[in-house]
Amino acid sequence: MRKLRVVIAKPGLDGHDRGAKVIARALRDAGMEVIYTGLRQTPEMIASAALQEDADCIGLSILSGAHNHIAPRLMELLKEKGLDDVLVVIGGIIPDVDIPKLKAIGVKGIFLPGTPMQDIVDFINTHARERARA
Amino acid sequence: MKTIAETGKARWQHETLEPALKKSPERAASFTTISGRPIDRLYTAEDVEGIDYERDINEPGVFPYTRGIHPTGYRGKLWTMRQFAGFGTPEDTNARYKSLLQAGSTGLSVAFDLPTLMGRDPDHELSLGEVGKCGVSIMSLADMETLFDGISLADITTSMTINSPAAMIFAMYLVVAEQQGADWKTISGTIQNDILKEFIAQKEYIFPPRPSMRLITDIFAFCSTQVPKWNTISVSGYHIREAGATAVQELAFTLRDGLEYVQWGVDAGLDVDAFVPQISFFFNAHSDFFEEIAKYRAARKIWARAMRDRFGAKNERSWKLRFHSQTAGVSLTAQQPYNNVVRTALQALSAVLGGTNSLHTNSLDEALALPTSEAATLALRTQQIIAHESGVANVVDPLGGSYFVEKLTRDMEDGALAYFKTIDAMGGMVEAIERGFPQQEIAESSYRFQQAFERKEKIMVGVNAFVQQDDPPIEILYIDESTSDTQLAKLEALRATRHQEAVTRALDALRAAAHTTENLMPRILDAVRAYATVGEMCDALRDVWGEYEEVPII
Repeated sequence: MRKLRVVIAKPGLDGHDRGAKVIARALRDAGMEVIYTGLRQTPEMIASAALQEDADCIGLSILSGAHNHIAPRLMELLKEKGLDDVLVVIGGIIPDVDIPKLKAIGVKGIFLPGTPMQDIVDFINTHARERARA
Repeated sequence: MKTIAETGKARWQHETLEPALKKSPERAASFTTISGRPIDRLYTAEDVEGIDYERDINEPGVFPYTRGIHPTGYRGKLWTMRQFAGFGTPEDTNARYKSLLQAGSTGLSVAFDLPTLMGRDPDHELSLGEVGKCGVSIMSLADMETLFDGISLADITTSMTINSPAAMIFAMYLVVAEQQGADWKTISGTIQNDILKEFIAQKEYIFPPRPSMRLITDIFAFCSTQVPKWNTISVSGYHIREAGATAVQELAFTLRDGLEYVQWGVDAGLDVDAFVPQISFFFNAHSDFFEEIAKYRAARKIWARAMRDRFGAKNERSWKLRFHSQTAGVSLTAQQPYNNVVRTALQALSAVLGGTNSLHTNSLDEALALPTSEAATLALRTQQIIAHESGVANVVDPLGGSYFVEKLTRDMEDGALAYFKTIDAMGGMVEAIERGFPQQEIAESSYRFQQAFERKEKIMVGVNAFVQQDDPPIEILYIDESTSDTQLAKLEALRATRHQEAVTRALDALRAAAHTTENLMPRILDAVRAYATVGEMCDALRDVWGEYEEVPII
């Protein structure tokens, strides 16, 4: 079975990348192939990276409140590119009221401050496996 | 300090400690600070043997200022209670400022939104969803006029957290002051203007390091004659710490950044004593109480010595390190948010015991959102209780002479000086940043802390211990999308009504000046007066200098 391939992306203008970097490293230590895009990625750039890298999972780190714009646009682009089987998860500061909206458009996992890294590793292992097997 | 040999630690260990340990062992095999620094169980006179009182500590107001820069501590004047605030439109934030001043705030502190911080207008692709979210949206002089409407800039001091576009935002402030009839020679406040820590930690950079440094030295030169009471830079460890640095790394990288600015100022032909007194600092007030106090005390000592001995500064004001502090955002938890009030109070107390000159206390809801007005008021009350009820402000440096605090202060200093050596060997901080050195060091510390947290070697109450399942939700400030619509409409109206030819002329002149070595401040002031936007002014400089792109390190 091949290693899971995860694109960790930091969309929007925010530069606070501590969380993105820590999780990238934790996923790598857990045996995944991690591609970190760096800062200031548009949804277009993230979707292209997922396509090029044959990603099984995209992890977005958003702390600034821009998730309501970025996530819907990204989900739309993934559909257009035939990447709707890629697992999308978000980590960061997401107000409770926005969580159902994000789930409704297909964001599978939303991880709020204080989530243990192991929970995220387990979630991705469980939910991204099927695609990697195919 | 003198050794008291007859009460030696060794004898105590042998006669008293060992039998006690046999009966009841300690809670852990080793004890460390939040930064991972090992801490002994007891400090005695033996631990401070190498410390000379006059040389290393001395009285407050006396070189090297370990005990503080004011002889009277807080007995003369309390620290400035300055609460960082900004959200939505300039109108929204103006109302918040008026209520903070009403509640007894003694200074303002502006938080800008990400498009403003990144020099983008709200109609830029990357501004999507970000307008007014993390701070107030300021597009042009018109917004700055609204932001300070009804607030007299001659009578308050204002701190502005702005870095890459600091020159543009500062120019807007100066023009508003001028409109109000306030004298540039007497107005006071601070611009953060610290680009090095952006490359190191917060990543809100626009231009490459070298032209960014030139903008900063232009501001130093301009202010030394035109706005002499202004703090031209707030060299910041706050963001370095938030990104995961240890206390020593925060201290070392911040002060080394400070030395870098001084060096660039000197290299630009400025006299040290003409601009260094206008440099101020900004530290994090994190959770490890004594480590933080030691950090502040060490900072004053290191700076005083570096200014006098490394740069030959003669003016005492160049030697005195003044700093603002803010309690640690990273320590706030979304879980059981009321616990954050307690954390913040302890962190604030450490900053006060460390001699902070100005303080921001975080609000209990900030792991979830920008603070509500009620939460922000409670945070301010926390400072007022420390100032007026706890009694700690009645005496100067009450912890001076504590074996533990003095030893820790010395250790912090040694750790920072070791980093200085490494960075100096690389050629300086700009070179170290270009190599990714501080970035790598911080990423390592951040990951190490996360692992310790996961193993429960480091505890966060309510998160990895004492967890509560039925945590009731609290009310938070929700910023909707209407700010973006309002600002976009205003931008369109501005572009339709301003004198477009004057804008183009001013931007062309700015672009042309960027190719030369002339001071850019007068050009920027001209563009601001013509109502050029932050995005347009930054674009003019992007045309000449390009944009910085980092190689990400994980």
